[in-house]
Amino acid sequence: MEEKTNTVSLENQEYVINMGPQHPSTHGVLRLVCSLKGEIVQNVQPHIGYIHRGIEKMCESLTYQQIIHLTDRMDYLSAHINNEAVCLTVEKALEADVPERVKYIRTILSELTRIQSHQLFWATFGMDLGGLTCFFYGLRDREMVLDIFEETCGGRMIVSYNTPGGLMNDIHPNFQKRVKDFIKYFRGVIHEYDDLLTGNVIFRERSMGIGVVTKEQAVAWGMTGPTGRASGFSCDIRKHYPYSAYDKVTFNEVLHTEGDVYHRYMVRMEEMRESMNIIEQLIDNIPEGPYTVKMKPVIKLPEGEYFQSVETARGELGVYIVSDGNKNPFRVKFRSPNFVNLAPLNMMSKGYKIADLVAIGGSLDLIIPDIDR
Amino acid sequence: MNKVPYDFSSLTAWIDSSLRATMSPGWAVAVEMIMIGVAILLLYAVVGLFLVYAERKVCALMQNRLGPNRVGPGGIFQTVADLVKLLFVELVPIKNADRILFNLAPYIVIVASFMAIGALPFAKGLHAIDLNIGVFYLMAVSSMGVVGVLLAGWSSNNKYSLIGAMRSGAQIVSYELSVGLSLVTIVILAGTMQLSEIVEAQRWGWFIFKGHLPAVIAFVIYIVASTAETNRGPFDLAEAESELTAGYHTEYSGIKFAFFFLAEYINMFIVAAIATTVFFGGWMPLHVQGWDGFNKIMDYIPPFVWFFGKTGAGIFLMMWFKWTFPRLRIDQLLTLEWKYFLPINIFNVLLMALMVLLGWHF
Repeated sequence: MEEKTNTVSLENQEYVINMGPQHPSTHGVLRLVCSLKGEIVQNVQPHIGYIHRGIEKMCESLTYQQIIHLTDRMDYLSAHINNEAVCLTVEKALEADVPERVKYIRTILSELTRIQSHQLFWATFGMDLGGLTCFFYGLRDREMVLDIFEETCGGRMIVSYNTPGGLMNDIHPNFQKRVKDFIKYFRGVIHEYDDLLTGNVIFRERSMGIGVVTKEQAVAWGMTGPTGRASGFSCDIRKHYPYSAYDKVTFNEVLHTEGDVYHRYMVRMEEMRESMNIIEQLIDNIPEGPYTVKMKPVIKLPEGEYFQSVETARGELGVYIVSDGNKNPFRVKFRSPNFVNLAPLNMMSKGYKIADLVAIGGSLDLIIPDIDR
Repeated sequence: MNKVPYDFSSLTAWIDSSLRATMSPGWAVAVEMIMIGVAILLLYAVVGLFLVYAERKVCALMQNRLGPNRVGPGGIFQTVADLVKLLFVELVPIKNADRILFNLAPYIVIVASFMAIGALPFAKGLHAIDLNIGVFYLMAVSSMGVVGVLLAGWSSNNKYSLIGAMRSGAQIVSYELSVGLSLVTIVILAGTMQLSEIVEAQRWGWFIFKGHLPAVIAFVIYIVASTAETNRGPFDLAEAESELTAGYHTEYSGIKFAFFFLAEYINMFIVAAIATTVFFGGWMPLHVQGWDGFNKIMDYIPPFVWFFGKTGAGIFLMMWFKWTFPRLRIDQLLTLEWKYFLPINIFNVLLMALMVLLGWHF
């Protein structure tokens, strides 16, 4: 064994490096086995499962109220939206009538979640490309959203604010004021993001025309969210299958057709602005009423199959529940956007350099716990 | 010519004569060498520690942070604490590493930077060795560092290190050309390679003003190329944290890592000091012909304050680059050098030669 480790296979002048599971740019415990020829990437094989917790299996032994807390731990940057997906599925199955107030608050919080997720994307993406200062600017603004979450939900990142039929608590009295303050503040500083990174000539050189995905490829691989929309695949669940209060607001689905790293980045930048528009339309019009409907302490879904998908910050999250009429689901399947978006990484990065692989990986905005579940 | 109020040559001459009076000439030279060595070593340590602290504060300034503020007033002892920590950190032995080269690499890097510092003029008379080919010598020794980087990458038996070292090799060898040519531009204007004479020639106007257009082009290229030569962001491809974890020094720990770390800062100091010497008059105060009162006031600011002030401004500029720009890719880096800087530089050298020939400079 000792001799083996010291010999590097020089067949076809390819060599293999392991990026991860501990690597600064894999954003978690993702392992990419890269075959390189010099600096050119020949083949990338993602190895996943380092943070597999069996969430889907665990769901089978938990009640519906308890499942919500597990979904926080999948895509932890879209925790609120994940909760909402489960709640919507359960409410759909029970045909429960959710108060308007709940829908409005859920939508506002979902959009705040999207903003903070994209802020963190911007921060880490800048860092992937070597612009270390981005990280601090991104986190500075994200902190304000997290403070709003903390005040209203109790949690900062892992909010668990939704419950089948409504919300855990009513919103904090300061909520509307703070959200409006944040929007006003963030509209004032978002140009700094563009000043620091978007307009930078090095950044543009690094990201334009890299990792191109055509619309056909995006549809074929099932890429959703900003990653799919950058390729021109109109896949915004909020627009096509509106849930909560999305049918009451007007907003644009951000679409680009180039499908490269730069446009995946730009979709997210524009989505932050769209999210602010959505929040502004709703924040002053939150209707009065109860913040939850009375549910039975033990929720039993009628026998059958239920599916609901929502638009998280990374794409389509589908929740599929099979119920046999018990208090626990018979089978739960999450269609997580990151797992699907990771799949075409090899196709996208073939022939590019390692530095581009990092940029492409960053532009997919992967959250590893969501891949492994 | 006005008399310079701070002339260190009388001090050094007095030390020399008193030493020679008490011992044989051979011993006197030996004692002087030891004194200079200790002085440069001290300078090295102080500059290194200060620059690490300065980088943290500048980086904090760029990033809306406070930076170190716990150890000592304003955190000034933070780097000292870090140094002490690095001294006590275990030197992890690497399996299958080439032991000799692995241990040799940090010393080559540090010796290269040490040799360059000796030839820098800090003030009139404060100049360890005034070679008549000073600029050439600086170029030669500062490019020795790449050998250490290549050895470090090769001997670590780590693929990331190897990629980092190869990147660094390609990068430094390429940018060496630009640095050299932009210095040649100024050498043409000065007509000498001796650093003391270059500084003296800038008594009535620094070369960046004297040589106007070609000098400014040369300066811009110099500052970009020398940032690349020191492996600093946005040209830090050799260590590219997000790609290669730490590049060529991934496997180093403890004081050996500290050597690489320190050498980076000293190299930054050296390139900024060269820029100061050849473009901004070195330790020479700002003089304007005819304004005698103004010149006199400027003369009363000590020359080492001028020198370190100008060098500090250059270092700040390089830190500013690092903390605001994303990193280039290796092919873009080489394209920038071979397709843009090199042709511009060759043209610039010709332009400067023509200008000197026709006497168009001030």
